[in-house]
Amino acid sequence: MSVGKKDISCPPEAPGTPLKDSDIAEKKVTYVEDHPDIRYAWTAGQAISRFLNELKKGKLIATKCNKCRRILFPPRMFCELCYKPIDDWVYVKDTGTVQTFSISYIDPDAKPLEKPVIVAVIAVDGASKNMAFMHVLGEVEPEKVYIGMKVKAVWKPEEEREGSVTDIKYWKPIEG
Amino acid sequence: MEVERVSGLKFHKKQDVAIVGAGMTTFKRRLNETGKELSFLAIKQALEEADMDLSDIEMVVMGSAPDAFDGLHMKGEYLLDGSGGSDRPYMRVFVGGGTGVFAPIAGYWHVASGLADVCLVVCEEKMSSCMPHPQSAFKYIWDPILDRPLAPNLIWIFALEMNRYMHVHNIKHEDIALVSVKNKANALDHPCAQLAEKITVEDVLNSEPMALPVRRLDVSPPSDGAAALIMVAPHIARQVTDNPVWVTGVGWALDTTMWTNRDLYFPRYVAEAAKMAYRMAHITDPRKEIDVAEPYDPFDYKELHHMEGLGLAKKGEAPILTREGVTARDGDLPCSPSGGLLGVGNPIAATMGVKAGELYWQLAYRAGKRQVAKEVTTGVCQAWGDLMQVGTVMVMSNKR
Repeated sequence: MSVGKKDISCPPEAPGTPLKDSDIAEKKVTYVEDHPDIRYAWTAGQAISRFLNELKKGKLIATKCNKCRRILFPPRMFCELCYKPIDDWVYVKDTGTVQTFSISYIDPDAKPLEKPVIVAVIAVDGASKNMAFMHVLGEVEPEKVYIGMKVKAVWKPEEEREGSVTDIKYWKPIEG
Repeated sequence: MEVERVSGLKFHKKQDVAIVGAGMTTFKRRLNETGKELSFLAIKQALEEADMDLSDIEMVVMGSAPDAFDGLHMKGEYLLDGSGGSDRPYMRVFVGGGTGVFAPIAGYWHVASGLADVCLVVCEEKMSSCMPHPQSAFKYIWDPILDRPLAPNLIWIFALEMNRYMHVHNIKHEDIALVSVKNKANALDHPCAQLAEKITVEDVLNSEPMALPVRRLDVSPPSDGAAALIMVAPHIARQVTDNPVWVTGVGWALDTTMWTNRDLYFPRYVAEAAKMAYRMAHITDPRKEIDVAEPYDPFDYKELHHMEGLGLAKKGEAPILTREGVTARDGDLPCSPSGGLLGVGNPIAATMGVKAGELYWQLAYRAGKRQVAKEVTTGVCQAWGDLMQVGTVMVMSNKR
């Protein structure tokens, strides 16, 4: 080994061979293709199973830790701060406050949406501060949404509910 | 049981750690080379700068993002040969986007502990294998039960965080767009850059809406690329170079996965990681003691958010510093002089090249046209990732 180089500018070169998307489409490069099909079934666990079953009844449920006195939402079986089992189940309201929101013009694959979706983080009434979850807003123009807006859940009819977060169709502003 | 804590032993290391070489490939949306070949190209450059051979390398750390991009499990093993890791201690580390600084932190453990005197750190990402767009793999980051039924896009969480940050500090999008303008212009001087261009604030504000407030030019692009670093013990550094750069502090932290339970306006995970790194580096006033910074900038607001988490600006002050030119390459606190992820590209783990790698080159005075105007002694680089919950921080200095 010798004493290293001096007065050089780094990186000295930028190796690599750039391709265009069209090079693949027109098969100008050598490549191999595969479409894996892997299926999953996720068990919801103790806390979220109860949460989803309560959604079917049109109710939102949370859990409570008696040590830090937080009402935890979405519910969990242990308090991650005190690291102990939760003490109780409590119902929270289906009203809340918009903590932050976004107007999305893209779907999960980043393809454009015809009509934008308004997604929001909603802190539900009755749970501790900042205990929020993500959902979508409806019955409101995108430009009328603001942080701090009070909203209420709009539920699917009972016979259509299936124990999913989509049992709430969307959240709409509370008038006045 | 109460555990007795012994004071004074914290951060007790066997030996100091120096960086003596770095390398990186070009960052592009799609490269012909495989991940192994990209790793080889980056490592070759780093070895040349340090004037070393692979036979001088004792241990190897590799960093790479989710296997879903490659459609291939156990990517660490797959990339082994390209990473120069065969027949020596080798490990892969991964904390999402935070890997770009977490991999050199793991390299630091190897050398500081005395287990290795020479450790090679290589980060590789090949996002383009996922067709038609890597976004299709990103959607599997969401919670399958609570989030995925809502058909979310990964951009949502950033849009939600950006909006909360703007609301709490009353920040205009114009001020945030200045970061994109600055970084893409800085990247004009980087030979590896993917999206280097002169743009204006209006260009950002008028670009295609993705998930408002996030628009196309607020976002860094997906890329292919690789980067490498060589970390050594003091007695090796002395033999190979006159100007090693010392790693003086490392820190990392993760916040709760229940991201909707946090107040998104402040990155607590970065603040915790920075606190650890600054304590180790004996830095008490980062705004005064840090000369140059490479905060993680996959989105323009993220550079500002992270500057505040790193203590380089007070809460809500980062946009003001940016507007006043403090963070420009000739400013008092240059931030992302490389051009960052916004300008050079975002091959997730391989962004090590524009964060840890660039900081090394800046402190070694080897950044060429990108060299900041002021005299530099100490710098900080940082990365961020997972479900926006991990902060990884490294402090470097050219004085031991």
